[in-house]
Amino acid sequence: MPLDTIRLNETPEGVDLGLRVAGPAPRALALAADGAIRLVILLALSPLSALSGLGLGLNLIAVFLLEWLYPVTFEVLYGATPGKRAMGLLVVHDDGTPVGLSASLIRNLLRVVDFFPLFYGVGLVCTLVDRDFRRLGDLAAGTLVVHAQRRSTGARAGRTHAGGTPAPPGLPIATQQAILAFCERARRLSGARRIELAETLLAHLPSPATGPARARGWAAVEQVEGYGTWLASGRAGD
Amino acid sequence: MRQGPFEASRAAAWADYRSLLTALEGRGRDPSPVLPLARFPALYRRLCADYALARARRYAPGLIAELHDLVRRGYPHLYRRRNAWWALALGFMAAGFPRTLRRQARVCALAAALFFLPLLVMGLACWQDGELIYSLMDSAQVAELESLYDPDGGRPGRGPERQADTDFMMFGFYVMNNIGIGFRTFGAGLLLGLGSVLILISNGLMIGATAGHLTRLGFGPVFWPFVSGHGPFELTAIVICGAAGLLLGRALIAPGRLTRLAALRANARDAAVLVGGAALMLLLAAVVEAFWSASGAAAGVKYAVGVLGWVAVMAYFALAGRVDGGAGPVRGGSGDDHGP
Repeated sequence: MPLDTIRLNETPEGVDLGLRVAGPAPRALALAADGAIRLVILLALSPLSALSGLGLGLNLIAVFLLEWLYPVTFEVLYGATPGKRAMGLLVVHDDGTPVGLSASLIRNLLRVVDFFPLFYGVGLVCTLVDRDFRRLGDLAAGTLVVHAQRRSTGARAGRTHAGGTPAPPGLPIATQQAILAFCERARRLSGARRIELAETLLAHLPSPATGPARARGWAAVEQVEGYGTWLASGRAGD
Repeated sequence: MRQGPFEASRAAAWADYRSLLTALEGRGRDPSPVLPLARFPALYRRLCADYALARARRYAPGLIAELHDLVRRGYPHLYRRRNAWWALALGFMAAGFPRTLRRQARVCALAAALFFLPLLVMGLACWQDGELIYSLMDSAQVAELESLYDPDGGRPGRGPERQADTDFMMFGFYVMNNIGIGFRTFGAGLLLGLGSVLILISNGLMIGATAGHLTRLGFGPVFWPFVSGHGPFELTAIVICGAAGLLLGRALIAPGRLTRLAALRANARDAAVLVGGAALMLLLAAVVEAFWSASGAAAGVKYAVGVLGWVAVMAYFALAGRVDGGAGPVRGGSGDDHGP
Protein backbone atom coordinates (compact mmCIF):
# COMPACT_ATOMS: atom_id res chain seq x y z
CA MET A 1 0.00 0.00 0.00
CA PRO A 2 1.43 3.37 -0.99
CA LEU A 3 2.32 5.73 1.81
CA ASP A 4 1.67 8.95 -0.05
CA THR A 5 -1.76 10.56 -0.49
CA ILE A 6 -1.81 10.60 -4.28
CA ARG A 7 -4.76 8.65 -5.66
CA LEU A 8 -4.59 7.68 -9.31
CA ASN A 9 -7.77 7.50 -11.31
CA GLU A 10 -7.96 6.55 -14.93
CA THR A 11 -9.60 8.95 -17.35
CA PRO A 12 -11.59 7.77 -20.38
CA GLU A 13 -8.46 8.40 -22.45
CA GLY A 14 -6.71 5.66 -20.52
CA VAL A 15 -4.18 7.82 -18.70
CA ASP A 16 -3.77 8.03 -14.94
CA LEU A 17 -4.47 11.35 -13.27
CA GLY A 18 -3.13 11.91 -9.79
CA LEU A 19 -5.36 13.47 -7.13
CA ARG A 20 -3.75 14.61 -3.89
CA VAL A 21 -6.42 13.96 -1.24
CA ALA A 22 -6.49 16.32 1.73
CA GLY A 23 -6.24 15.09 5.31
CA PRO A 24 -8.20 16.12 8.40
CA ALA A 25 -5.89 18.97 9.45
CA PRO A 26 -6.29 21.33 6.46
CA ARG A 27 -9.97 20.41 6.27
CA ALA A 28 -10.51 21.32 9.92
CA LEU A 29 -8.75 24.65 9.35
CA ALA A 30 -10.94 25.30 6.31
CA LEU A 31 -14.01 24.49 8.40
CA ALA A 32 -12.90 26.95 11.08
CA ALA A 33 -12.33 29.63 8.45
CA ASP A 34 -15.81 29.05 7.00
CA GLY A 35 -17.28 29.21 10.48
CA ALA A 36 -15.61 32.56 11.04
CA ILE A 37 -16.88 33.88 7.70
CA ARG A 38 -20.46 32.83 8.52
CA LEU A 39 -20.22 34.44 11.93
CA VAL A 40 -19.01 37.72 10.41
CA ILE A 41 -21.90 37.70 7.91
CA LEU A 42 -24.42 37.09 10.70
CA LEU A 43 -22.91 39.89 12.81
CA ALA A 44 -23.02 42.21 9.82
CA LEU A 45 -26.72 41.40 9.37
CA SER A 46 -27.59 41.79 13.03
CA PRO A 47 -28.49 45.52 12.76
CA LEU A 48 -31.47 44.33 10.69
CA SER A 49 -33.08 43.27 13.96
CA ALA A 50 -33.80 46.94 14.52
CA LEU A 51 -36.62 46.51 11.98
CA SER A 52 -38.38 44.32 14.58
CA GLY A 53 -40.42 41.52 13.03
CA LEU A 54 -39.28 41.92 9.44
CA GLY A 55 -35.60 42.18 10.37
CA LEU A 56 -35.81 39.27 12.77
CA GLY A 57 -37.41 37.16 10.04
CA LEU A 58 -34.66 38.10 7.60
CA ASN A 59 -32.06 37.19 10.20
CA LEU A 60 -33.63 33.78 10.78
CA ILE A 61 -33.69 33.12 7.04
CA ALA A 62 -30.04 34.16 6.86
CA VAL A 63 -29.21 31.64 9.60
CA PHE A 64 -30.94 28.94 7.58
CA LEU A 65 -29.22 29.87 4.31
CA LEU A 66 -25.80 30.09 5.94
CA GLU A 67 -26.18 26.77 7.69
CA TRP A 68 -27.44 24.72 4.76
CA LEU A 69 -26.88 26.44 1.43
CA TYR A 70 -23.62 28.35 1.92
CA PRO A 71 -21.40 25.30 1.30
CA VAL A 72 -23.55 23.92 -1.53
CA THR A 73 -23.64 27.20 -3.43
CA PHE A 74 -19.90 27.81 -3.23
CA GLU A 75 -18.98 24.22 -4.02
CA VAL A 76 -21.18 24.01 -7.11
CA LEU A 77 -20.21 27.42 -8.49
CA TYR A 78 -16.53 27.62 -7.52
CA GLY A 79 -15.56 24.08 -6.48
CA ALA A 80 -14.83 25.06 -2.90
CA THR A 81 -16.09 27.22 -0.04
CA PRO A 82 -14.03 30.35 0.68
CA GLY A 83 -12.43 28.60 3.67
CA LYS A 84 -11.41 25.60 1.58
CA ARG A 85 -10.15 27.90 -1.16
CA ALA A 86 -7.98 29.70 1.36
CA MET A 87 -6.48 26.35 2.34
CA GLY A 88 -5.94 25.42 -1.30
CA LEU A 89 -8.58 22.67 -1.21
CA LEU A 90 -11.09 21.62 -3.85
CA VAL A 91 -14.15 19.35 -3.74
CA VAL A 92 -14.37 16.91 -6.66
CA HIS A 93 -16.24 13.73 -7.56
CA ASP A 94 -14.08 10.69 -6.93
CA ASP A 95 -13.31 10.54 -10.66
CA GLY A 96 -11.75 13.98 -10.44
CA THR A 97 -14.54 15.96 -12.14
CA PRO A 98 -15.83 19.15 -10.48
CA VAL A 99 -18.52 18.48 -7.87
CA GLY A 100 -22.13 18.77 -9.07
CA LEU A 101 -25.36 19.89 -7.41
CA SER A 102 -26.68 16.56 -6.17
CA ALA A 103 -23.35 15.32 -4.80
CA SER A 104 -22.72 18.62 -3.04
CA LEU A 105 -26.23 18.56 -1.59
CA ILE A 106 -25.76 15.03 -0.26
CA ARG A 107 -22.37 15.63 1.31
CA ASN A 108 -23.53 18.81 3.00
CA LEU A 109 -26.88 17.53 4.27
CA LEU A 110 -25.12 14.54 5.83
CA ARG A 111 -22.94 16.99 7.74
CA VAL A 112 -25.48 16.45 10.57
CA VAL A 113 -24.21 12.94 11.18
CA ASP A 114 -20.54 13.85 10.84
CA PHE A 115 -21.05 16.59 13.41
CA PHE A 116 -22.41 14.02 15.87
CA PRO A 117 -21.79 13.87 18.84
CA LEU A 118 -19.79 17.11 19.09
CA PHE A 119 -17.63 19.17 16.73
CA TYR A 120 -17.39 16.61 13.94
CA GLY A 121 -16.42 13.67 16.16
CA VAL A 122 -17.84 11.08 13.75
CA GLY A 123 -16.41 12.97 10.78
CA LEU A 124 -12.92 13.03 12.29
CA VAL A 125 -12.92 9.33 13.15
CA CYS A 126 -14.23 8.55 9.68
CA THR A 127 -11.57 10.61 7.91
CA LEU A 128 -8.88 8.91 9.98
CA VAL A 129 -10.18 5.42 9.16
CA ASP A 130 -10.78 5.95 5.44
CA ARG A 131 -7.68 5.88 3.29
CA ASP A 132 -8.93 8.79 1.19
CA PHE A 133 -9.83 10.86 4.28
CA ARG A 134 -13.53 10.86 3.39
CA ARG A 135 -16.15 11.65 5.99
CA LEU A 136 -19.55 9.94 5.87
CA GLY A 137 -21.01 12.65 3.68
CA ASP A 138 -18.19 12.20 1.18
CA LEU A 139 -18.67 8.43 1.18
CA ALA A 140 -22.37 8.71 0.39
CA ALA A 141 -21.94 11.44 -2.20
CA GLY A 142 -18.87 9.90 -3.83
CA THR A 143 -16.75 13.02 -3.40
CA LEU A 144 -13.16 13.74 -2.43
CA VAL A 145 -11.53 16.81 -0.95
CA VAL A 146 -8.23 17.30 -2.76
CA HIS A 147 -5.39 19.78 -2.77
CA ALA A 148 -5.75 22.09 -5.74
CA GLN A 149 -2.35 21.56 -7.26
CA ARG A 150 0.15 24.26 -7.99
CA ARG A 151 0.64 24.81 -11.65
CA SER A 152 4.03 23.83 -12.95
CA THR A 153 5.96 26.78 -14.25
CA GLY A 154 6.25 25.24 -17.69
CA ALA A 155 9.87 26.34 -17.95
CA ARG A 156 11.92 23.32 -17.11
CA ALA A 157 15.55 23.90 -16.36
CA GLY A 158 18.19 22.10 -18.35
CA ARG A 159 16.52 21.92 -21.76
CA THR A 160 18.06 19.21 -23.85
CA HIS A 161 20.27 19.91 -26.86
CA ALA A 162 21.67 17.58 -29.45
CA GLY A 163 24.95 15.87 -28.77
CA GLY A 164 26.22 14.80 -25.38
CA THR A 165 28.32 11.87 -24.33
CA PRO A 166 27.13 8.37 -25.15
CA ALA A 167 26.06 6.77 -21.90
CA PRO A 168 27.35 3.29 -21.01
CA PRO A 169 25.18 0.68 -22.73
CA GLY A 170 22.60 -1.34 -20.80
CA LEU A 171 21.73 1.26 -18.21
CA PRO A 172 18.67 0.28 -16.14
CA ILE A 173 15.59 2.43 -16.78
CA ALA A 174 15.59 3.73 -13.20
CA THR A 175 19.16 4.95 -13.55
CA GLN A 176 18.38 6.64 -16.87
CA GLN A 177 15.49 8.47 -15.24
CA ALA A 178 17.66 9.49 -12.30
CA ILE A 179 20.17 11.00 -14.72
CA LEU A 180 17.42 12.87 -16.61
CA ALA A 181 15.88 14.13 -13.36
CA PHE A 182 19.29 15.34 -12.25
CA CYS A 183 19.76 17.32 -15.46
CA GLU A 184 16.36 18.99 -15.08
CA ARG A 185 16.87 19.99 -11.48
CA ALA A 186 20.61 20.71 -11.43
CA ARG A 187 20.23 24.48 -11.99
CA ARG A 188 18.22 24.81 -8.83
CA LEU A 189 20.74 23.02 -6.63
CA SER A 190 23.80 24.46 -4.92
CA GLY A 191 27.20 23.65 -6.41
CA ALA A 192 28.27 21.35 -3.61
CA ARG A 193 24.99 19.43 -3.80
CA ARG A 194 25.28 19.04 -7.57
CA ILE A 195 28.75 17.60 -7.20
CA GLU A 196 27.65 15.26 -4.44
CA LEU A 197 24.67 13.95 -6.46
CA ALA A 198 26.68 13.60 -9.66
CA GLU A 199 29.39 11.58 -7.90
CA THR A 200 26.75 9.35 -6.31
CA LEU A 201 25.15 8.79 -9.72
CA LEU A 202 28.47 7.92 -11.34
CA ALA A 203 29.20 5.45 -8.57
CA HIS A 204 26.08 3.57 -9.65
CA LEU A 205 27.14 3.27 -13.29
CA PRO A 206 29.15 0.32 -14.49
CA SER A 207 32.75 1.57 -14.65
CA PRO A 208 34.25 1.57 -18.15
CA ALA A 209 36.81 -1.21 -18.45
CA THR A 210 39.50 0.77 -20.25
CA GLY A 211 38.53 4.38 -19.58
CA PRO A 212 40.02 6.83 -17.10
CA ALA A 213 39.22 6.71 -13.37
CA ARG A 214 35.81 8.03 -12.23
CA ALA A 215 35.47 11.78 -12.57
CA ARG A 216 35.31 13.81 -9.39
CA GLY A 217 34.05 17.31 -8.65
CA TRP A 218 32.76 19.45 -11.52
CA ALA A 219 33.98 16.94 -14.01
CA ALA A 220 31.46 14.48 -12.59
CA VAL A 221 28.66 16.99 -13.04
CA GLU A 222 29.70 17.60 -16.63
CA GLN A 223 29.88 13.91 -17.34
CA VAL A 224 26.40 13.18 -15.93
CA GLU A 225 24.92 16.11 -17.81
CA GLY A 226 26.58 14.83 -20.97
CA TYR A 227 24.95 11.45 -20.46
CA GLY A 228 21.62 13.17 -19.80
CA THR A 229 21.81 15.17 -23.01
CA TRP A 230 22.65 12.05 -24.96
CA LEU A 231 19.80 10.08 -23.36
CA ALA A 232 17.29 12.81 -24.05
CA SER A 233 18.23 13.76 -27.59
CA GLY A 234 19.85 10.68 -29.03
CA ARG A 235 19.90 10.10 -32.71
CA ALA A 236 16.98 10.81 -35.00
CA GLY A 237 14.81 7.78 -35.70
CA ASP A 238 16.05 5.98 -32.64
CA MET B 1 11.96 8.24 -30.52
CA ARG B 2 14.13 9.96 -27.96
CA GLN B 3 12.85 12.74 -25.81
CA GLY B 4 14.36 15.67 -27.70
CA PRO B 5 12.84 14.97 -31.13
CA PHE B 6 9.57 13.96 -29.46
CA GLU B 7 9.33 17.29 -27.66
CA ALA B 8 10.24 19.17 -30.80
CA SER B 9 7.62 17.41 -32.90
CA ARG B 10 4.81 17.95 -30.40
CA ALA B 11 5.71 21.46 -29.21
CA ALA B 12 3.30 23.24 -31.58
CA ALA B 13 0.27 21.14 -30.54
CA TRP B 14 1.13 21.62 -26.88
CA ALA B 15 1.33 25.38 -27.36
CA ASP B 16 -2.12 25.38 -29.04
CA TYR B 17 -3.53 23.31 -26.19
CA ARG B 18 -1.97 25.60 -23.63
CA SER B 19 -3.51 28.72 -25.16
CA LEU B 20 -6.95 27.08 -25.34
CA LEU B 21 -6.62 25.98 -21.74
CA THR B 22 -5.74 29.50 -20.65
CA ALA B 23 -8.80 30.78 -22.49
CA LEU B 24 -11.04 28.17 -20.84
CA GLU B 25 -9.68 28.82 -17.37
CA GLY B 26 -10.03 32.57 -17.69
CA ARG B 27 -13.47 32.38 -19.30
CA GLY B 28 -15.28 35.65 -18.90
CA ARG B 29 -12.20 37.80 -19.01
CA ASP B 30 -11.11 36.92 -22.53
CA PRO B 31 -14.13 35.77 -24.54
CA SER B 32 -12.31 35.49 -27.86
CA PRO B 33 -9.65 32.78 -27.91
CA VAL B 34 -7.39 32.75 -30.93
CA LEU B 35 -8.23 29.13 -31.71
CA PRO B 36 -11.74 27.65 -31.97
CA LEU B 37 -12.70 25.90 -28.74
CA ALA B 38 -14.07 23.02 -30.81
CA ARG B 39 -10.48 21.90 -31.30
CA PHE B 40 -10.04 21.39 -27.57
CA PRO B 41 -11.25 17.77 -27.26
CA ALA B 42 -9.00 16.58 -30.09
CA LEU B 43 -5.98 18.41 -28.68
CA TYR B 44 -6.77 17.06 -25.23
CA ARG B 45 -6.96 13.45 -26.40
CA ARG B 46 -3.75 13.85 -28.33
CA LEU B 47 -2.09 15.28 -25.24
CA CYS B 48 -3.28 12.29 -23.20
CA ALA B 49 -1.64 10.02 -25.72
CA ASP B 50 1.57 12.04 -25.51
CA TYR B 51 1.50 11.82 -21.73
CA ALA B 52 1.00 8.06 -21.83
CA LEU B 53 3.83 7.74 -24.36
CA ALA B 54 6.17 9.88 -22.28
CA ARG B 55 5.49 7.68 -19.29
CA ALA B 56 5.86 4.42 -21.15
CA ARG B 57 9.13 5.55 -22.75
CA ARG B 58 10.49 6.76 -19.40
CA TYR B 59 11.21 10.27 -20.54
CA ALA B 60 12.50 12.77 -18.01
CA PRO B 61 10.31 13.07 -14.87
CA GLY B 62 10.04 16.83 -15.38
CA LEU B 63 8.50 16.40 -18.81
CA ILE B 64 6.10 13.76 -17.51
CA ALA B 65 5.07 16.01 -14.63
CA GLU B 66 4.49 18.90 -17.01
CA LEU B 67 2.30 16.80 -19.31
CA HIS B 68 0.41 15.39 -16.33
CA ASP B 69 -0.26 18.90 -15.15
CA LEU B 70 -1.60 19.90 -18.59
CA VAL B 71 -3.86 16.83 -18.70
CA ARG B 72 -5.08 17.45 -15.16
CA ARG B 73 -5.99 21.04 -15.94
CA GLY B 74 -7.86 20.11 -19.09
CA TYR B 75 -9.80 17.17 -17.66
CA PRO B 76 -12.41 19.12 -15.65
CA HIS B 77 -13.15 21.31 -18.67
CA LEU B 78 -14.00 18.33 -20.84
CA TYR B 79 -15.86 16.35 -18.18
CA ARG B 80 -17.70 19.11 -16.39
CA ARG B 81 -21.24 18.27 -15.27
CA ARG B 82 -23.58 20.78 -16.72
CA ASN B 83 -25.64 22.89 -14.37
CA ALA B 84 -28.42 24.70 -16.20
CA TRP B 85 -30.09 25.90 -13.05
CA TRP B 86 -33.53 26.86 -14.23
CA ALA B 87 -34.05 23.99 -16.64
CA LEU B 88 -32.85 21.65 -13.93
CA ALA B 89 -35.22 23.10 -11.32
CA LEU B 90 -38.20 22.96 -13.68
CA GLY B 91 -37.48 19.39 -14.76
CA PHE B 92 -37.02 18.49 -11.14
CA MET B 93 -40.38 19.84 -10.03
CA ALA B 94 -42.30 18.63 -13.08
CA ALA B 95 -40.91 15.12 -13.25
CA GLY B 96 -37.79 14.23 -11.29
CA PHE B 97 -39.22 14.59 -7.80
CA PRO B 98 -42.62 12.85 -8.23
CA ARG B 99 -41.07 10.07 -10.32
CA THR B 100 -38.42 9.34 -7.71
CA LEU B 101 -41.13 9.37 -5.07
CA ARG B 102 -43.16 6.78 -6.95
CA ARG B 103 -40.07 4.66 -7.52
CA GLN B 104 -39.46 4.66 -3.77
CA ALA B 105 -43.14 4.26 -2.91
CA ARG B 106 -42.56 1.39 -0.46
CA VAL B 107 -40.07 3.31 1.65
CA CYS B 108 -42.40 6.32 1.59
CA ALA B 109 -45.29 4.15 2.75
CA LEU B 110 -43.17 2.81 5.59
CA ALA B 111 -42.18 6.34 6.63
CA ALA B 112 -45.83 7.44 6.45
CA ALA B 113 -46.83 4.52 8.69
CA LEU B 114 -44.05 5.34 11.17
CA PHE B 115 -45.33 8.90 11.34
CA PHE B 116 -49.12 8.74 11.02
CA LEU B 117 -49.82 5.63 13.14
CA PRO B 118 -48.28 7.07 16.33
CA LEU B 119 -49.95 10.37 15.45
CA LEU B 120 -53.42 8.80 15.22
CA VAL B 121 -53.03 6.53 18.24
CA MET B 122 -51.61 9.28 20.43
CA GLY B 123 -54.19 11.77 19.18
CA LEU B 124 -57.10 9.50 20.06
CA ALA B 125 -55.55 8.54 23.37
CA CYS B 126 -54.95 12.15 24.41
CA TRP B 127 -58.46 13.04 23.32
CA GLN B 128 -59.77 10.41 25.75
CA ASP B 129 -57.29 10.98 28.58
CA GLY B 130 -56.33 14.49 29.67
CA GLU B 131 -53.33 13.34 31.69
CA LEU B 132 -51.58 11.40 28.93
CA ILE B 133 -49.93 14.44 27.31
CA TYR B 134 -47.81 14.92 30.44
CA SER B 135 -45.98 11.70 29.60
CA LEU B 136 -44.50 13.54 26.59
CA MET B 137 -44.15 17.15 27.75
CA ASP B 138 -43.66 18.82 31.10
CA SER B 139 -46.34 21.04 32.56
CA ALA B 140 -44.70 24.31 31.45
CA GLN B 141 -44.72 23.20 27.82
CA VAL B 142 -48.35 22.08 28.06
CA ALA B 143 -49.34 25.39 29.64
CA GLU B 144 -47.60 27.30 26.86
CA LEU B 145 -49.31 25.16 24.24
CA GLU B 146 -52.69 25.75 25.84
CA SER B 147 -52.16 29.50 25.99
CA LEU B 148 -51.20 29.56 22.28
CA TYR B 149 -54.52 28.15 21.12
CA ASP B 150 -56.77 29.49 23.86
CA PRO B 151 -59.94 30.85 22.17
CA ASP B 152 -59.82 33.81 24.58
CA GLY B 153 -56.29 34.76 23.52
CA GLY B 154 -55.07 36.13 20.22
CA ARG B 155 -54.92 34.16 17.00
CA PRO B 156 -52.17 31.53 16.93
CA GLY B 157 -49.01 32.30 15.04
CA ARG B 158 -49.21 36.00 15.84
CA GLY B 159 -48.17 38.18 18.69
CA PRO B 160 -50.61 40.38 20.63
CA GLU B 161 -49.98 43.33 18.28
CA ARG B 162 -50.64 41.70 14.96
CA GLN B 163 -48.69 43.20 12.13
CA ALA B 164 -47.54 42.09 8.74
CA ASP B 165 -43.90 42.18 9.79
CA THR B 166 -44.64 39.71 12.59
CA ASP B 167 -45.89 37.38 9.88
CA PHE B 168 -42.54 37.75 8.19
CA MET B 169 -40.68 37.02 11.39
CA MET B 170 -42.70 33.82 11.80
CA PHE B 171 -41.95 32.97 8.16
CA GLY B 172 -38.23 33.24 8.89
CA PHE B 173 -38.67 31.09 11.96
CA TYR B 174 -40.62 28.42 10.09
CA VAL B 175 -38.04 28.34 7.31
CA MET B 176 -35.09 27.96 9.66
CA ASN B 177 -36.77 25.58 12.09
CA ASN B 178 -38.94 23.35 9.94
CA ILE B 179 -36.62 22.87 6.97
CA GLY B 180 -33.74 22.35 9.38
CA ILE B 181 -35.75 19.60 11.13
CA GLY B 182 -36.51 18.04 7.74
CA PHE B 183 -32.82 17.97 6.81
CA ARG B 184 -31.90 16.47 10.18
CA THR B 185 -34.56 13.79 9.81
CA PHE B 186 -32.83 12.82 6.58
CA GLY B 187 -29.26 13.01 7.87
CA ALA B 188 -30.06 10.94 10.95
CA GLY B 189 -30.91 8.09 8.58
CA LEU B 190 -27.20 7.46 8.23
CA LEU B 191 -27.31 6.00 11.76
CA LEU B 192 -28.58 2.70 10.30
CA GLY B 193 -31.93 4.38 9.68
CA LEU B 194 -32.65 4.45 13.41
CA GLY B 195 -32.33 8.22 13.65
CA SER B 196 -35.02 8.78 11.04
CA VAL B 197 -37.31 6.19 12.63
CA LEU B 198 -36.97 7.86 16.03
CA ILE B 199 -37.56 11.36 14.68
CA LEU B 200 -40.59 10.22 12.66
CA ILE B 201 -42.20 8.42 15.62
CA SER B 202 -41.48 11.17 18.14
CA ASN B 203 -42.78 13.89 15.79
CA GLY B 204 -45.91 11.81 15.20
CA LEU B 205 -46.44 11.35 18.92
CA MET B 206 -45.95 15.05 19.69
CA ILE B 207 -48.23 16.30 16.94
CA GLY B 208 -50.88 13.72 17.76
CA ALA B 209 -50.73 14.52 21.46
CA THR B 210 -51.05 18.25 20.77
CA ALA B 211 -54.04 17.81 18.49
CA GLY B 212 -55.83 15.36 20.78
CA HIS B 213 -55.22 17.36 23.93
CA LEU B 214 -56.32 20.69 22.46
CA THR B 215 -59.46 19.14 20.94
CA ARG B 216 -60.32 17.65 24.34
CA LEU B 217 -60.01 21.10 25.94
CA GLY B 218 -62.40 22.55 23.37
CA PHE B 219 -59.70 24.60 21.62
CA GLY B 220 -60.42 22.77 18.35
CA PRO B 221 -62.11 25.73 16.63
CA VAL B 222 -58.83 27.68 17.01
CA PHE B 223 -56.38 24.83 16.42
CA TRP B 224 -57.81 23.03 13.41
CA PRO B 225 -58.35 26.04 11.11
CA PHE B 226 -54.80 27.18 11.91
CA VAL B 227 -53.11 23.89 10.97
CA SER B 228 -55.37 22.85 8.10
CA GLY B 229 -53.74 25.18 5.54
CA HIS B 230 -50.11 24.15 5.84
CA GLY B 231 -50.69 20.63 7.18
CA PRO B 232 -50.83 18.91 3.78
CA PHE B 233 -47.41 20.22 2.76
CA GLU B 234 -45.67 20.08 6.10
CA LEU B 235 -46.76 16.60 7.20
CA THR B 236 -46.03 14.97 3.83
CA ALA B 237 -42.67 16.75 3.66
CA ILE B 238 -41.67 15.35 7.06
CA VAL B 239 -42.66 11.88 5.88
CA ILE B 240 -40.63 12.28 2.69
CA CYS B 241 -37.55 13.45 4.59
CA GLY B 242 -37.94 10.42 6.82
CA ALA B 243 -38.28 8.16 3.79
CA ALA B 244 -35.05 9.60 2.38
CA GLY B 245 -33.33 8.84 5.68
CA LEU B 246 -34.72 5.29 5.64
CA LEU B 247 -33.23 4.86 2.16
CA LEU B 248 -29.78 5.55 3.61
CA GLY B 249 -30.46 3.17 6.47
CA ARG B 250 -31.62 0.46 4.10
CA ALA B 251 -28.39 0.74 2.11
CA LEU B 252 -26.42 0.07 5.27
CA ILE B 253 -28.59 -2.70 6.73
CA ALA B 254 -29.70 -4.52 3.59
CA PRO B 255 -27.43 -3.51 0.72
CA GLY B 256 -28.65 -6.37 -1.47
CA ARG B 257 -26.19 -7.43 -4.13
CA LEU B 258 -24.01 -4.31 -3.82
CA THR B 259 -21.31 -3.45 -1.33
CA ARG B 260 -22.57 -1.21 1.47
CA LEU B 261 -20.70 1.76 0.03
CA ALA B 262 -22.07 1.25 -3.47
CA ALA B 263 -25.60 0.77 -2.11
CA LEU B 264 -25.25 3.92 -0.03
CA ARG B 265 -24.19 5.88 -3.08
CA ALA B 266 -26.98 4.51 -5.25
CA ASN B 267 -29.62 5.24 -2.62
CA ALA B 268 -28.18 8.64 -1.70
CA ARG B 269 -28.87 9.86 -5.23
CA ASP B 270 -32.61 9.19 -4.89
CA ALA B 271 -32.58 10.36 -1.29
CA ALA B 272 -31.13 13.73 -2.29
CA VAL B 273 -33.92 14.21 -4.83
CA LEU B 274 -36.53 13.39 -2.17
CA VAL B 275 -34.98 15.75 0.38
CA GLY B 276 -34.70 18.53 -2.19
CA GLY B 277 -38.37 18.19 -3.07
CA ALA B 278 -39.38 18.00 0.58
CA ALA B 279 -37.40 21.18 1.29
CA LEU B 280 -39.38 23.01 -1.40
CA MET B 281 -42.62 21.68 0.10
CA LEU B 282 -41.53 22.87 3.53
CA LEU B 283 -40.79 26.29 2.05
CA LEU B 284 -44.32 26.36 0.63
CA ALA B 285 -45.65 25.24 4.02
CA ALA B 286 -43.75 28.07 5.72
CA VAL B 287 -45.30 30.63 3.35
CA VAL B 288 -48.80 29.24 3.98
CA GLU B 289 -48.29 28.96 7.72
CA ALA B 290 -46.94 32.49 8.13
CA PHE B 291 -49.20 34.41 5.77
CA TRP B 292 -52.39 32.35 5.46
CA SER B 293 -52.83 30.15 8.54
CA ALA B 294 -52.51 33.13 10.86
CA SER B 295 -54.86 35.31 8.83
CA GLY B 296 -58.39 36.08 9.90
CA ALA B 297 -60.27 34.15 7.21
CA ALA B 298 -63.34 32.18 8.23
CA ALA B 299 -62.84 28.67 9.54
CA GLY B 300 -64.86 27.17 6.68
CA VAL B 301 -62.61 28.77 4.07
CA LYS B 302 -59.52 27.51 5.88
CA TYR B 303 -60.86 23.97 6.02
CA ALA B 304 -61.64 24.14 2.30
CA VAL B 305 -58.10 25.33 1.54
CA GLY B 306 -56.77 22.47 3.67
CA VAL B 307 -58.77 19.85 1.77
CA LEU B 308 -57.71 21.44 -1.52
CA GLY B 309 -54.10 21.23 -0.34
CA TRP B 310 -54.35 17.49 0.36
CA VAL B 311 -55.98 16.88 -3.02
CA ALA B 312 -53.30 18.93 -4.78
CA VAL B 313 -50.42 17.12 -3.02
CA MET B 314 -51.84 13.67 -3.71
CA ALA B 315 -52.63 14.51 -7.33
CA TYR B 316 -49.10 15.87 -7.79
CA PHE B 317 -47.47 12.75 -6.40
CA ALA B 318 -49.75 10.44 -8.35
CA LEU B 319 -49.82 12.19 -11.71
CA ALA B 320 -46.89 14.60 -12.24
CA GLY B 321 -44.20 13.33 -14.57
CA ARG B 322 -46.30 10.43 -15.86
CA VAL B 323 -46.21 11.64 -19.43
CA ASP B 324 -42.74 12.17 -20.78
CA GLY B 325 -42.56 15.47 -22.62
CA GLY B 326 -39.64 14.11 -24.62
CA ALA B 327 -36.76 16.32 -23.61
CA GLY B 328 -36.88 16.25 -19.82
CA PRO B 329 -34.24 14.16 -18.06
CA VAL B 330 -35.69 11.25 -16.11
CA ARG B 331 -33.83 12.15 -12.96
CA GLY B 332 -34.17 15.88 -12.94
CA GLY B 333 -32.11 16.54 -9.84
CA SER B 334 -28.93 14.75 -10.66
CA GLY B 335 -27.70 16.72 -13.68
CA ASP B 336 -25.26 14.05 -14.74
CA ASP B 337 -25.11 15.13 -18.37
CA HIS B 338 -21.58 15.20 -19.60
CA GLY B 339 -20.44 17.80 -22.07
CA PRO B 340 -17.83 20.47 -22.66
